[in-house]
Order: sequence, then C-alpha cells, then structure tokens
Amino acid sequence: MNGGAMFYGAAIALIIGGIMIAATKRNLIKIIIGLNIMETGVNLLLITTGYISGGTAPIMNKTWTKVVDPIPQALVLTAIVIGVAVTAMALSIVVRIYEKNNSLDIRKIKEMRW
Amino acid sequence: MIKKVLIILLFVLLGLSLYSVVKYNTFGEDKTVVARHYIDYGMKETGSQNIVTAVVVLYRGFDTLGEVTVLFLAATALGALLHGLRFKSKEKEPSSLIVSTAARYIFPLIILFGTYVFVHGHLTPGGGFPGGVIIASAFLLLFLAYTQKEVSEKTLSLTEGTAGILYVITGLLGLVMLNSFLANFLPKGIPGKLLSAGIIPLIYILIGFKVGAEMTGVLRNLKEEEK
Amino acid sequence: MSSIIIIFVSILVLFMLGATIVAWVTKDLLVAVLSSGTISLIASILYLILQAPDVAITEAAIGAGLTTGIFVYVLKKTERFEK
Repeated sequence: MNGGAMFYGAAIALIIGGIMIAATKRNLIKIIIGLNIMETGVNLLLITTGYISGGTAPIMNKTWTKVVDPIPQALVLTAIVIGVAVTAMALSIVVRIYEKNNSLDIRKIKEMRW
Repeated sequence: MIKKVLIILLFVLLGLSLYSVVKYNTFGEDKTVVARHYIDYGMKETGSQNIVTAVVVLYRGFDTLGEVTVLFLAATALGALLHGLRFKSKEKEPSSLIVSTAARYIFPLIILFGTYVFVHGHLTPGGGFPGGVIIASAFLLLFLAYTQKEVSEKTLSLTEGTAGILYVITGLLGLVMLNSFLANFLPKGIPGKLLSAGIIPLIYILIGFKVGAEMTGVLRNLKEEEK
Repeated sequence: MSSIIIIFVSILVLFMLGATIVAWVTKDLLVAVLSSGTISLIASILYLILQAPDVAITEAAIGAGLTTGIFVYVLKKTERFEK
C-alpha cells in the first residue's frame, strides 16, 4: 500500500479516538485530554493533504523545482497555538470547579442541570 | 436509548465527512493553484527565503494579529480566574543538588537558543511562536529547580503590553506610509542576509517577546499556592 | 515514498494508537497526560517526514513541552487518581 493510507489512517484514528475519550469518560481532566488528542489529529489531517511527491520543504536557499504546498502549513501554525490557548483556559475553569465542589466528577455539577 | 442513537448518528456523519476529505485529495498529487504565485514570486516580492514565514506575516498578516489577540485573551482570562484562591499549602521540599546545579548552567543556553529561533525567522524554519515558547520552557525549568524563586508580575505585564502595542503601531505606520495596514515599508535587501525581508524580523521579535512573557505569566499563575 | 520509510511510519503509527488506548483505559491521570505528550511527539516526527519543518518545531515545543507542564501543575492542585 502506498504511504497515504498510513498517514490518513493515523489522522482519522486520532480524531475518532479523541472524540470517544471526550464523550464517554466522567473525569473532567480526561475529557480535556481527549480534546487535545483530537486537535492533534485534525492538524495531522490538514498537513497530509498538502504533501506533493518528490517535493522538498518550502525554504528557498537554492532554487528548487518542486516544493511542498506552503499554505496548509501556515494555517496549522495558527491552529496549534490556538489549541494550547483553549486548553490552558479550560484547565483554569477545572481548577475553579474543583475548589467549589471538591470533586472532579462531571455528574456532580448541579448548576448545569436543566 | 435515544442517546445511543444520537451517538451512532454522530459517528456516521463524521465518517462521511472524513471520507470525502480523503477521496478528493489523493496523496502526493500536485494540486497547487493558489500557492503557485507564492512559490514562484514569494522571494522576489518579500525578500525572505522562508515562504511559510512570508505567508504568515505579510500575505496573511491580519490573521496573525487575530491569533495574537486570542492568545492574549486566554492568558488574561486564566489570570483573572485564578486570582484569589485559597489552598492549603502543602510542604515543599527543595529539589536535589543535581537539578539545581544543572539548571543554573542550562538556563542561559536555552534562552540563547530561543532568541536564535525567533531572530532568524526569515532564513531558517521556526519563527516567533516557537521561539517564545522555548523561552517560557527555560523559566519552567527555573521554577522546578528553585521552588522559592519569584518572578515579578509587573515586569511580565509591562513586556507583554508594550510588545502588543508596538505590533499595532507597526501596522499603523504601514497604513500611513503606503496606504495599507501592515504593509511592507522597510527596504527588502538581499535575500539571505540577516537584515533583509522588510518588517518580518521586526514583527517576529515583537511576537517572540510577547509570547514568552505571556506563557511565563501563565505558568506563574498556576504555580502559586496561597495569596 | 520508498518502502523503508513506509515501514518506519507504520511502526510509529502503531505506537501512536497504543498510546491512545492507554490514555483511554488507565485510571492514573499522570499516565494519561504523559501518553498525550507522547502522541504530540510522534506527530512532530510525522510532520518532519511530510517535509514541514516549521510545524514540527512548533508542535514539539508546544505539545510536548508546555501542555504537559500545564497539565502537571493542574494535577498538583486537584486529584491524581480517577475514582
């Protein structure tokens, strides 16, 4: 099989695995770990679509003829930084919830029931 | 019962959308339409050898300003949420002799490496964002080795705020001189030298300082035990 | 891509899937955080094989350095074991 199946398969497995961890676990920190794994999978999927066979990295210190697509790399650079910002802010909310309820179980947060 | 049906429906939708991404993007095929202009004329128009840097700072500079704003909002919200906590202070034992001696020698080398990464953003891979995070990792090493060390909050906020304001002022100077926000108003120079590529070194130095001070502030807010 | 690179990538992808299963099953949250750092590190190696060095440096510094540090500080303020 060619290399594309490996890379696409890894990215899709990470996305599905991350969503399963975030949807079925009860501990708040494990939900945030699942979201982090899913974001890594999405970034890997974006860069895999930009690969060109026989191309090199987009840095022009010699005149190359075949260069890998640089636009998905610029998008993913922004996405990684925003991912860490969202994770840091979610963890500060978790620390506040633990200080009030003294438990990290998501079923014990009574203010969010309807 | 209905929750299980909804979960299965969600996975079917997810599988369909991911399958359509994989089917229309065969692996390794040459499909550059928009990026053809950036690859062919990128070095001539901007003067930088790293095309990803030219796209992030010059061709798509407004998106980078939005990303810096999102990072700033997240760090400020974290500082505001963790402000007045009351925890029982657990007893801290000092770290071992090997860690505290080695940290004293490695700390300036890590800061030197981080500065190298963000100053050479237009010549080698890297740029402002990983350079700032490497500097924050040096401060994390210092917090782990010396548990009583304090970094003053006023210095960090002053550095971060000044770097952010100077970034917007650089954009407004481009508006004044060349009628376009964040235009390239410095001379392009010869590609391959350190002082070339217009405003790219200036903006990446400002982003490096800002991200470094911000992440050090986040780690310092998470470290404190009692107020 | 030459076949030896495909074998190397297959071994790395198997490690990544193993780390995801470990992060699902374990009850010790420190092990889950460290497996998330391992996934970021292996993704950084895959970015380098896909000829993207900018993204590899950024993912290695942020994913395997800063996110793990923030998680460990938060684990110190809350509980370590999932009940």
